[in-house]
Amino acid sequence: MEQLYRIKMTDIQKRFAGVHALKGASLQVCAGEIHALIGENGAGKSTLMKILAGAIRKDAGEIWIDGKKTEIQNPRDAHKLGIATIYQEFMLAPDLTVAENIFVENLTSGRKLINWKTLNKSAQELLDNLGFGDIDPAAKVGTLSVAYQQVVEICKSLSQDVKVLILDEPTAVLTFREIEKLFELLVKLKKDGVSIIYISHRLEEIFRLCDRITVMKDGCFVRQVRTDEIHKEKLINLMVGRDLKDIFPKRDKVVMGDKILQVQHLRAGSRVQDVSFDVRAGEVVGFYGLVGAGRTETMRAVFGADPVESGKILWFGEEVRFKNPLQAVKRGLGMVPEDRKKQGLVLEQSIEMNTTITSMKEVQNSARVFSKRKEEDFTKEILAGIHTKYASVYDRVSQLSGGNQQKVALAKWLAARSKCIIFDEPTRGVDVGAKTEIYNCINQLAAQGIGIIMISSEMPELMGMSDQVIVMRQGKVTGKIMKNEFSENNLIRLAMGGA
Amino acid sequence: MEKEKKNYQKLLDFILTNNTYFILLLLFIICSAASEYFLTMANLVNICQQYAGTVIVSIGMLFVILTGGIDLSVGSVMAFGSVFTAYAMVEWKLPIILSVAVTLLLGTLCGLFTGFLVARTKIAAFVASLAMMTICRGAAYMISHGTPINTPAGTISQLGTAKVLPFLTWLTVIAILVVALSSFFLNKTAYGRKVIMIGSNEEAVHLAGIPVMQHVISVYAISGFSSALGGVIATSRTGIGSGAAGQGMELDCIAACVIGGASLSGGQGSSVKTVVGVLVLAMIGNIMNLLSVPSYPQDIIKGIIIILAVLLQQGTSRIRQH
Repeated sequence: MEQLYRIKMTDIQKRFAGVHALKGASLQVCAGEIHALIGENGAGKSTLMKILAGAIRKDAGEIWIDGKKTEIQNPRDAHKLGIATIYQEFMLAPDLTVAENIFVENLTSGRKLINWKTLNKSAQELLDNLGFGDIDPAAKVGTLSVAYQQVVEICKSLSQDVKVLILDEPTAVLTFREIEKLFELLVKLKKDGVSIIYISHRLEEIFRLCDRITVMKDGCFVRQVRTDEIHKEKLINLMVGRDLKDIFPKRDKVVMGDKILQVQHLRAGSRVQDVSFDVRAGEVVGFYGLVGAGRTETMRAVFGADPVESGKILWFGEEVRFKNPLQAVKRGLGMVPEDRKKQGLVLEQSIEMNTTITSMKEVQNSARVFSKRKEEDFTKEILAGIHTKYASVYDRVSQLSGGNQQKVALAKWLAARSKCIIFDEPTRGVDVGAKTEIYNCINQLAAQGIGIIMISSEMPELMGMSDQVIVMRQGKVTGKIMKNEFSENNLIRLAMGGA
Repeated sequence: MEKEKKNYQKLLDFILTNNTYFILLLLFIICSAASEYFLTMANLVNICQQYAGTVIVSIGMLFVILTGGIDLSVGSVMAFGSVFTAYAMVEWKLPIILSVAVTLLLGTLCGLFTGFLVARTKIAAFVASLAMMTICRGAAYMISHGTPINTPAGTISQLGTAKVLPFLTWLTVIAILVVALSSFFLNKTAYGRKVIMIGSNEEAVHLAGIPVMQHVISVYAISGFSSALGGVIATSRTGIGSGAAGQGMELDCIAACVIGGASLSGGQGSSVKTVVGVLVLAMIGNIMNLLSVPSYPQDIIKGIIIILAVLLQQGTSRIRQH
């Protein structure tokens, strides 16, 4: 007889505009267990959980709850089934009290008016039950520590009848002691029969806390194992063991020149604790790390977008500290940011205006007035150099496909004749064909002697493109791997801080 | 078939790009039909004369709106400008040209200060300019002791009525110059380009190495300057420096920009279309006066027409996105 699962998801499919995010994912979770869901960035964990929580709808597949086939169309359906999610960003109102937040869905417990006394008392009871009696129900949520906010978030879901609790990277923002408290709480909930789905990159936590593990990769189910039947090494293999498709264009002989950028012991904010690296002319330096490892923050600090606290930055051997992006741009450093739409492009303006934004003087006549012909020719030339497809340079950038948008975001640095360009997740949200084109672009620039920094969360991409990869973890460089030592195991071990 | 579709698309595009002008044309036809006095030289010259100041102040407002900000202080700065010009002439006995220059300088300084608050201290533009609005209105009444200041006859008021050609007053010429200049700056120079792009996506522009803060401050200075100029013009038309000048001007200017297709979230708008926006408002006011509609219902009708014009704008831009 088949075991009765609290949750059984089978063959779940989901496509987002051209990207096949889930290709037959499945998951089985028992009542009263803590079940880890792991996989690389982009493996589809969060998408699968959003489907379970009703935040997005599946294209195909079945969901069974307690042996009954169920359709979850929206968050309210999930809610009725007792499925609650604690997201990385909390859904709390910081200016309301703890009690108000916990009972926000039913403040009056069925009556017409709010009875504050009862409300605070019930909140206190709930908190006491969980072992967090020291949280004041009347305190404003915004004044609590992040960990306590998380507890409030959990309480909020428990104020309803919760059967399944989904936690997405809950410990990412917590301190060591806070994590201990959270774990105690989760174990307690598990004993009460709640099923907990736990998404995390931290393997130590998973081995300590979870009963079973489901591994996902590239939108598929890989394997489900009992925690006590597997060791860390094997688990990493399951997560990354994939065929490296040959989508990375070969680079002709790499000619590396002088050091363009040297960063030494950089500190900037909590996410950048001690970072050193060099970039040579014609070199592609990859940056690997988990989300939140401080890669983007490092580059923003170097670029002058965020303040540097200490450390040394050498630009062509000369010590510099860019106070704002303008200074960096003037010296020939460019950055294609992570969020193309919010940071990389002025979406609602023309392709031409986006391309020449860094080089307006070049397309003006001697009286500093824009020359329509000059600007159009200049734009066309730059865009042709990187094989961009567009109808007219006067079209808005928002009309282009993701890959071509990315090329326009890059074009402005070519227009500015940058000597070193930072790419932050350059292929995010573009399809496979466009990815290869972007790789070609990057190689072409490197061949011209431009120094390239490439942040990416996709290991095959980094290993296929880079001359060396620098791995970061919690704001620090944990390793530099040269091309001949590249392996996914190497990278992920350094990124996760495993043995 | 294919070609027909393309032509249709072209026509649709043409209508959508120029919908502001169609609104104006439509209104013009309606007005001409509604009153026989509308389409007379005297009336048209009068409209141009009367709304020259509004055009100039609206252009200043447009620069601010392009960056995604708003300047509620324009009406008050205008009052301050109106009073101060008269005051400098009457009390300090300054020559006209000097009074005007000092007034324009002070107006620019008011704008600079508002801009500084917005760009540097990150006070919301609405709030910063609201504060400047009450400060300037207060200053205007304080300087004038609450009573209008009469300028000597035949001095500044001569400018207000002087004509270049029989159908063209100096004020209209000044307004046209301001519009032409602003249109040139917005479309042809790096400064204007940057202002527009900042309004579209401040973060991306900042990361492209453009000093956002200076540009944001500068648009408020421009707005302050043009408001003060609007105040000078108000004084020149009546010969009186009045603390009550420019009441509600900020709303007319915002309405003009929006009717002219400007987006309050920034990055979109044009000088010439803003003028059309002013003309739409002007014609509505004018025709109702000609038809002797009492002033309270006038305000209601004006409000309704603004809503209709903006709805039409939104509707057409939505069609365009599909």
